Amino acid sequence: MSAPLMSLHRCFQRSAFCLVGRRMWSSSSVSPPPLHTRMLLFLTQRFYDIEMLLRWRSHMKRRSIQKKNAYYGYTKSFYGPDIAAAYYILSLKGGFRYTGQSDWFRADQRGKFSWDFLNHKDTSLEEVDMSYTVINYTGLENFYGQQSLKTLLLRGCPEVDDWFLARLHMFQDSLEELDISHCPRITTGGLAALRNLKGLQRLDISYLPGISSPGLVIILLEEMLPHCQITASGYDHNLRQQGEEEK
Amino acid sequence: MLALPCLYPPQEETCNAASATVALFYTVLFTFTERLASKPTVMSTWRRLHVKVRTTRGLFSPRRVSEQSTWLCGRLTLSQSLRTGRPFRNDFFKDLEAQLAAMRKKAADALPGSSWSPFEPNPNLPPERADIVIVGGGVMGWSIAYWLKQKERIQRGLKVVVVERDLTYSQASTVLSAGGIRQQFSLPENICLSLASAEFMRNINEHLGVLNEDPVDLQFNHSGYLFLASQDVAHIMEENYNTQRQAGAKVLLLSPAQLKEKFPWINTDGVVLASYGLENEGWFDPWTLLNAFRRKAISMGVIQCCGEVTDFDYTINVMKTVDGSRMDFRRIKSVKVQMPNSLEYQAVECAIVVNAAGAFSGKLAQMLGIGCGPKDTIAGIPLPVEPRKRYVYVVHCPDGPGLDCPFLIDYSGVYFRREGLGGNYITGASPEEAEEPDISNLEVDNQFFEDKVWPSLAYRVPAFEKLKVTSSWAGFYDYNTFDQNGIIGIHPLTNNMYFATGFSGHGLQHSPAVGRAVAELILDGNFKTLDLSGLGFRRILAQEPMLERNIV
Ligand SMILES: Cc1cc2nc3c(=O)[nH]c(=O)nc-3n(C[C@H](O)[C@H](O)[C@H](O)COP(=O)(O)OP(=O)(O)OC[C@H]3O[C@@H](n4cnc5c(N)ncnc54)[C@H](O)[C@@H]3O)c2cc1C
Repeated sequence: MSAPLMSLHRCFQRSAFCLVGRRMWSSSSVSPPPLHTRMLLFLTQRFYDIEMLLRWRSHMKRRSIQKKNAYYGYTKSFYGPDIAAAYYILSLKGGFRYTGQSDWFRADQRGKFSWDFLNHKDTSLEEVDMSYTVINYTGLENFYGQQSLKTLLLRGCPEVDDWFLARLHMFQDSLEELDISHCPRITTGGLAALRNLKGLQRLDISYLPGISSPGLVIILLEEMLPHCQITASGYDHNLRQQGEEEK
Repeated sequence: MLALPCLYPPQEETCNAASATVALFYTVLFTFTERLASKPTVMSTWRRLHVKVRTTRGLFSPRRVSEQSTWLCGRLTLSQSLRTGRPFRNDFFKDLEAQLAAMRKKAADALPGSSWSPFEPNPNLPPERADIVIVGGGVMGWSIAYWLKQKERIQRGLKVVVVERDLTYSQASTVLSAGGIRQQFSLPENICLSLASAEFMRNINEHLGVLNEDPVDLQFNHSGYLFLASQDVAHIMEENYNTQRQAGAKVLLLSPAQLKEKFPWINTDGVVLASYGLENEGWFDPWTLLNAFRRKAISMGVIQCCGEVTDFDYTINVMKTVDGSRMDFRRIKSVKVQMPNSLEYQAVECAIVVNAAGAFSGKLAQMLGIGCGPKDTIAGIPLPVEPRKRYVYVVHCPDGPGLDCPFLIDYSGVYFRREGLGGNYITGASPEEAEEPDISNLEVDNQFFEDKVWPSLAYRVPAFEKLKVTSSWAGFYDYNTFDQNGIIGIHPLTNNMYFATGFSGHGLQHSPAVGRAVAELILDGNFKTLDLSGLGFRRILAQEPMLERNIV
């Protein structure tokens, strides 16, 4: 009976366990992580198998994000790049507007959308709203060749990171408005890449938890993009004021 | 558990049978749960439980009293006097357990394949045997170690040891580098290596993330490289641009007017053409990359060892070529690892050695006798890698270019980039071949900045006329004197030493991809993802340089 259990069991030092255990329960200033996280942490420290399962879970999560951001080559070969981009947007529950039209196509809460967008072949996209979607670096591939994209809203996208921002140079001639507020993974290193967007007129960088010394960054950004109106709320008040004086 | 002692009435000194059974039951329960909570396997718990039960029966009353004593201070004296017997008997069983454990260990040591030795081993010594020994724990060495582990087919199937002589990395080029990555090379191999490495860095947490540890943050600055060309070299830049576009790099050519528009703070006099990287270029923190590789590799079972490789033990097979000349084929049997600050050393028997000693890899090859043969033969050609000292200066200039400062490389050889957000920049240049500084130490020559760096810097960016040098450092390039490119692969006359060295100032950025390539070479027998056979040792023997024209 004990042999399989033994193989499950993780060899580790008792002292290390005690240490972690104590640290887990006694954190006073920082609020402890929720119970199930601590439970899992405790188990991964004891069993290789749980660690494996956790690793597998995060792997599957990544895979599913990657799958959602796959390259829509098949659609592209049948309907052209514009429809492929549109289809990609709707599949991710985003919204867009074709050039020269006033109404938006959007997916509803449950991801359902009407197929009317297929009627507009070879019409490029002008405004795209991907807020709160899982768009990532690979997904941008689907927008390749969108030369008249003016507005891109990426509010609260968990997968938008610095590499993503660096890749936005593909819209360098057209993009006028960019909203990257509430994106948790953006840091100062990525904001520097926005210098390639020559025509940018409005930029929203509110509530970015990843940038350190936001006041200074905002000043530097305004220096770098002199023709751009930068919105930056949600940062420490004194630093904000500095930024506004500079404006 | 805490309520347990209260079950015994404190006054009751003589034990009756009933309370003894109850107490026994609790003690058993107690030891059982304690054991279970604190760790070992269920089987050994049962085995020990047996012993414990027997122990407890004999030791029942002293234990009880001692437990009370923690609760009742009044009984302290009594319990102490009673306790005298207990350690003795308890010790007996503890000793027995310890003895048994020692016996089991001895038996295991006696089995073939164990690493037992009759002397008390120094815990810092490397193992006696390993499959692969990597000499040099810089970013190259750790990257190779990571990829070897990543590609091994059976978990823990490969025993990899990384030998590093200085864990503070005070002289390693990795941590003294400028940390840049670019695609603007002239050789397709280098461009592909950079593209692959950039992709690795983009997904770095998928590769190097360790469960339950903080994610890796490279602090990557996506600011691009900007190369400036004068009249003489503009045509080369154009050629390079075509090669780079073909390989898939996103690079832009700029005329002086476009350059002025994009970077108004540059003085474009003398510039005929500029090329600017749009994506996958910038700089990052070398320490973070090195530590991420190391952390992941160790978590996968790579053994790190602090010591210096001072010698090899090898066999020589003598062969005759068709025209009758003699050829020595060497095969390394073991690597001698000298412990730091001691005379102690360990010979590590191994199948394969990887030479990733950076600037000192030439010396390491010499220990093997590479290049010591007669002139004009293959054995007489040394590994053409030597240390070259390069200075880096940190300057402070509040009126400098700011956030949009790229990694700028002027045609005069001077480069600079932003460092942080506080108006600091790092800058430097490579000296002329004839004026290479002395390499016995890492001291900085400040005159070099005044004479060679500053004039060009201030000419290119007038704002730099007013600046202050705040600090400086020097590091060794792993300089390939033959053609300034990496050497990847085995030496034809030493068939179990793999080289990954000679990167001459672009080794840091190529380390992820080179590590993968070397691991493929070792485990699969040839290159799988990127064909780097052009960067092998063969070109040196054939005297066919693969010259890289964009060397900084
Ligand atoms: C000033 C400067 C700027 C640079 N800028 C860039 C840049 O912008 N971009 C870029 O990509 N690259 C850059 N480089 C180059 C880059 O740093 C190197 O190519 C790269 O770090 C080489 O890594 P490595 O692991 O091979 O060597 P190292 O980092 O030097 O590691 C070799 C290790 O081997 C150890 N060792 C040596 N001999 C022995 C022995 N006998 N036994 C045990 N251990 C031994 C050493 O202690 C050392 O730690 C720069 C280099 C310098 C000096």
